[in-house]
Amino acid sequence: MCESHLPWLTNAPFSPKGGLSFIRNTLDSFFQQLINGLALGSIYGLIALGYTMVYGVLRFINFAHSDVLMLGAYAAFFLAPKVQQIMPLPGLAGALIVMLLAALICAAAGMLIEFLAYRPLRSRPKLTVLITAIGVSLFIEFTCQHKAVFGAANRAFPKLIDFPNFTFLGLTFTSLNVIIVIVTAALLAGMWFIVQRTRTGAAMRAVSFNQQAAALMGININRIITFTFGLGSALAAVAGVLYALGAPAIEPLMGTQPGLRAFIAAVVGGIGNLPGAVLGGILLGLLETFAGGIPGLSTYRDAIAFAILILILLFKPAGLLGKATVEKV
Amino acid sequence: MKSLPGAKRWLLVGIALALVASYFSGQFNRYYLGVWMDCGINIILAVSLNLINGHTGQFSLGHAGFMSVGGYTAAKLSLVYSPSVPPEWHPLLLCAGLLAGGLASAGAGLLVGVPSLRLRGDYLAIVTLGFGEIIRVIFQNTEAVGAASGLSGIPKYTTLGWTFGVAAITIYVVATLVNSTYGRGFLAVSDDEVAASSMGINPTRYKVTAFVLGAFFAGIAGALYAHHKQTLTPTQFDFMKSIDIVVMVILGGMGRTGGVILAAIILTWMPEMLRGFADYRMIIYALLIIALMMLRPQGLFALNFKRRGGGTA
Repeated sequence: MCESHLPWLTNAPFSPKGGLSFIRNTLDSFFQQLINGLALGSIYGLIALGYTMVYGVLRFINFAHSDVLMLGAYAAFFLAPKVQQIMPLPGLAGALIVMLLAALICAAAGMLIEFLAYRPLRSRPKLTVLITAIGVSLFIEFTCQHKAVFGAANRAFPKLIDFPNFTFLGLTFTSLNVIIVIVTAALLAGMWFIVQRTRTGAAMRAVSFNQQAAALMGININRIITFTFGLGSALAAVAGVLYALGAPAIEPLMGTQPGLRAFIAAVVGGIGNLPGAVLGGILLGLLETFAGGIPGLSTYRDAIAFAILILILLFKPAGLLGKATVEKV
Repeated sequence: MKSLPGAKRWLLVGIALALVASYFSGQFNRYYLGVWMDCGINIILAVSLNLINGHTGQFSLGHAGFMSVGGYTAAKLSLVYSPSVPPEWHPLLLCAGLLAGGLASAGAGLLVGVPSLRLRGDYLAIVTLGFGEIIRVIFQNTEAVGAASGLSGIPKYTTLGWTFGVAAITIYVVATLVNSTYGRGFLAVSDDEVAASSMGINPTRYKVTAFVLGAFFAGIAGALYAHHKQTLTPTQFDFMKSIDIVVMVILGGMGRTGGVILAAIILTWMPEMLRGFADYRMIIYALLIIALMMLRPQGLFALNFKRRGGGTA
């Protein structure tokens, strides 16, 4: 994804003879990196939305979220041949149906995980739930790696849509990246609408604010939490399909790295804050893509996200858009 | 373990047993010997993590990172100096390696702990996880320690006596520290930070102390590990290794030294026993974590070897 290096940071000396064409190339690759970073960041943002919503209502890190993303990619992988019998693939309508079905399957999976693993522990200390979440994540990963399930081997992801390069204002873009950015923007708008403008969204905010008080106001806490998990998992599935489209292959551990980055994005943006999650995701995606283009830094790519997280937590623990809270006795 | 003399007696018994076992180790099956040495190393790791996660109530997911700092430091030291040191001085070289590894790791612990221990709960967990990953990435990119291919040909200095001797010392130090007047502060921080600080305890100081000491012993364990396995690669110290140690602590019961030791031994032997079911091993492992948290979050072996906050045990 980050093959093109930034010319002004490579060892190639700046040649004044290159003149205008040098600037042109530099600008070109800069914008390509920009759109690459935006697309990667959008995927992080989509995953981060799930983390942030679950954290908002339950105050714990759902470690299994990244595995739901993997399940989404595999769901699409197995659904694509079936859908192809009705709809032509690659094609936009077919791709949308595959994505929708994968999202539905993952929403069900997310609700099931919540029901089986997290609900019985709701009144327990946060640490217990956190360790359980790690256990659930490991369980999904290792079960899927078993040869009777998906197997540990890489599998080529089917081509759901054509994404030719296109040229706009003299700059070349991969249409996949543009699609990813548009889908993320649309989903974020949808999410904002659900949370801010619907009754269920108001209930979600109430539960996030104070669970007990929300219950006293007649809100069905269990229903809201299940809904939140379903919504977050559906987003993870969409992110998983988009991620798989751009990735060379899928495998059962594919969710781990983007999952961790997305969690960091959620914290950087201010956990519990929806626009913050996407902002954090895009920030991380851009930084990673541009750092990946710098020769000396590219090997440290894995560490960059964590370094940013640590810096943010030290200087602005509530995140970029989050509100600081004071612990009361 | 009631009082200091008792604890000291146990320490001496432990070291003596380790030395005796080590003396006869030539007659043991090499495979079993290797696994028992793993047990000793895991006991050190689990007991030291227990000081952070159990007694002090912080949740660190980066113990493997500290282990790797100690391991790499000691391994590099041995690789550089072992040709120029006569063989009869080799135990001393290991000793220096252990100390250097422990100190380097403690330094890393201080570096990590001071800024990050202001955070709590899952934030701290994720930051320590992040530091573990950063340490791994740094080793992966440092040519001096072999980058991605790691270090190999590390001399085999670790013996049964060393592992269990150091394990006995670790247990002794952690147990007596937590049972001392000063050590009550760890439990206080773990029980209620706000209340503890209103009683004049500085939570950050206690947390950093626990963190640095835990990292020190993790570094020593890493040094022993390096001289036991004889090869080190960055991937040996990934997130899963940290999880393994955390599971030992929660299986044994947070803050219960006896249980944690037992859990470390069982969890070291379990994969060896389940070799025939290699495909299902990790699935069982994951289910074990979930089941444990649902049914017995206080740990499977909540023995009263050291009871939390109970005064006399």
